[in-house]
Amino acid sequence: MSLAERDRAAAPAASGRRPLPRSLWIGLALSAVFVVAAALSFLWTPYPVDGMNIPARLQPPSWAHPLGTDHFGRDILSMIMVGARTSIAVALLAVGIGMALGVPLGLAAAARRGGLLDEVIMRANDLIFAFPALVIAILITAVFGASAVNAIVAIGIFNIPVFARLTRGAALSLWEREFILAARVAGKSAARISAEHILPNVANLLIVQGTIQFSLGILAEAGLSYVGLGAQPPTPSWGRMLAEAQTMVSLAPHVALIPGLAIVFTVLGLNLMGDGLRDLLDPKVRKART
Amino acid sequence: MTKPLRMIAASALALAAGLAPAWAQRSDVTVAMQLEPPHLDPTGGAAGAIDSVLYANVFEGLTRFTESGEVVPALAESWEISEDGLTYTFTLREGVTFHDGTAMTAADVKFSLDRARAEDSTNAQKQLFAAIDTVEAVDPRTVRVTLAQPDGMFLFNMAWGDAVIVAPESIGEIKSRPVGTGPFRFEDWVQGDRVELTRYADYWGEAPALEAATFKFISDPTAAFSAMMAGDIDAFSAFPAPENLPQFEADPRFQVLVGSTEGETILSTNNAQPPLDEPLVRKAIAHAIDRQAVIEGAMFGYGTPIGTHFAPHHPAYVDLTDMSAHDPDLARELLADAGYPDGFTTTLKLPPPSYARRGGEIIAAQLRAVGIETEITNLEWAQWLEEVFTSKNYGLSIVSHTEPMDIGIYARPDYYFQYDNPEFQALMEELNATTDAAARTEMLQDAQRMIAEDYVNGYLFQLAMTTVAKADLRGLWANAPTQAVDLTGVSWAE
Repeated sequence: MSLAERDRAAAPAASGRRPLPRSLWIGLALSAVFVVAAALSFLWTPYPVDGMNIPARLQPPSWAHPLGTDHFGRDILSMIMVGARTSIAVALLAVGIGMALGVPLGLAAAARRGGLLDEVIMRANDLIFAFPALVIAILITAVFGASAVNAIVAIGIFNIPVFARLTRGAALSLWEREFILAARVAGKSAARISAEHILPNVANLLIVQGTIQFSLGILAEAGLSYVGLGAQPPTPSWGRMLAEAQTMVSLAPHVALIPGLAIVFTVLGLNLMGDGLRDLLDPKVRKART
Repeated sequence: MTKPLRMIAASALALAAGLAPAWAQRSDVTVAMQLEPPHLDPTGGAAGAIDSVLYANVFEGLTRFTESGEVVPALAESWEISEDGLTYTFTLREGVTFHDGTAMTAADVKFSLDRARAEDSTNAQKQLFAAIDTVEAVDPRTVRVTLAQPDGMFLFNMAWGDAVIVAPESIGEIKSRPVGTGPFRFEDWVQGDRVELTRYADYWGEAPALEAATFKFISDPTAAFSAMMAGDIDAFSAFPAPENLPQFEADPRFQVLVGSTEGETILSTNNAQPPLDEPLVRKAIAHAIDRQAVIEGAMFGYGTPIGTHFAPHHPAYVDLTDMSAHDPDLARELLADAGYPDGFTTTLKLPPPSYARRGGEIIAAQLRAVGIETEITNLEWAQWLEEVFTSKNYGLSIVSHTEPMDIGIYARPDYYFQYDNPEFQALMEELNATTDAAARTEMLQDAQRMIAEDYVNGYLFQLAMTTVAKADLRGLWANAPTQAVDLTGVSWAE
């Protein structure tokens, strides 16, 4: 048996010994429910989301309205579906901004470790990190106006240092490894090494962190729209649904409970998924399991 | 139980029974409201919350409003009006003192009126004093006011909170330590929380039943509901969440007073901004709106539909709601006639009250049904005053105009509607110069028709006054002829 053949034979056996972590499955299932609901809402919702029917307001869940109706008689299930779209879009774009800016910054800092560039980048990141994220997000949206776009930017800015730090930390230890040394000896520039060798090796970490940041983004979006600084009406948003239901809790608890549970389950699902991914992808945990 | 013991017990019981009413008879009250006054000078600010706390309680004018909106004598016990309607001679009440102990005399009245109408005055309603030419203190108890032209509304104007009599010595500190002539004196203001008043012992009129009163400021409707339910407050004036009122009504511990306010709730329209400068477009908007749905959806049914800018409880009111009946097909037709067959997009800027936020969402949906898209922006009051009221940077807005008899604002082309109709302005000038009641009524009705025919704004509903109070609290105003929480007649049932 050649070496190559032995590797191939060993591979399926190895994965067979390591079943996918249960938290990953639960997390995936929970998140998938909301992603599918959001995707489906582009094509179909049980009722038009801005269809008001005031005589039929505050109805408890029924066959006609599985999750009941809100204070304007709108179908809550339809609003949750479209609201999922808002939450996911805001959080996804915010994570995108954080990654797109944070990762290159982290790579650059690691490539020039100990240098002036490293200092400037990391201290600037510390500065952003030092502010309470949600308070500054409120400030940004209050100054530039309340809208989904500004919410994305505000949440996105606070994702930058998270990714920059993570990338730099992981890249620093990689820079000491032999294969990087080999690449340097071969004459590759720091930028090429970062892109071709460092980045693929920190990708796992970034995916795990991205999932966690995604769930925090959903929470932040809900927080911003709860105080009226996220997506503006008539765009449904879970945070605003919660805020508007506040005075009706004693009349029709489901109006507040349902968007609240939607936020809880999405965030829980994404966190479980992040945990599961870490177990699956982190080499340290992988070794400990085998 | 031995005999002596039983006797002691019996007498103790009798004693307790005798004392019980005395304990139950409370003499203080805590009234909550949503907005806190920015300062405490009713003659130097537009905020209605200032009047809510101070009107009739701490400050009084020459005349005053009663609960039904009638104008009755206050500090002036009587007056004479000259034949030509230009000279008002007021006789002041005897024995009126300010809370600092000094006597209230004609000189104070002259000072107050001159201060309010001065060039540099910050009075929010300077038009109330516009007709005044001179104010003379004839003797300590007589004031003669000469008008430049007859003003049929003069006695009404003097009843406003903006026309109360202030003490010259107290002006420096009036914004934080108001000194008036009313039955209650200002005690303390804990900013962000409450204002405390206590009974003024040397009040000229009938002493109020209450010894102390506290105004608490609770802006959050949910907190308002819990504070009321928990019994932390005795009454909430203008309760902010109409959806909770049925619960209070069903609860024997509470009473709900439903009255009328002077608040015409309107879809304010920027008459100078295209395409809203087009009367046909405004007419289309008026027909696109279903007022009943707005009243039901935003106010849970509390409110009276209006078709013009006038209070329905006023004798001169004309019901013009038919002129803007809900008819989406007609609205689409009108839009096409105006040259907007596919509709257009405009802004809808909403202040915080739920009538505006919820009403705005409903109206946006109704306008969308005829092709008009609105971009909704929710604003805080300060931002709203800046962007909409002052800079006139808006297309549509929703707000309740709570001043009494304020149809005159349509004669001001620089007012934020930017409605400029010389015919209406001439009518208002004529109205101001007329004192004959029948002629005035006719002119007021013409004015109502004129703005309804021009579809200046979308006329929605008269804001209801909803006060929640503990069941045994008596004497609170159900109606709000002006922004006031008059405590002079308030007491606890025995």
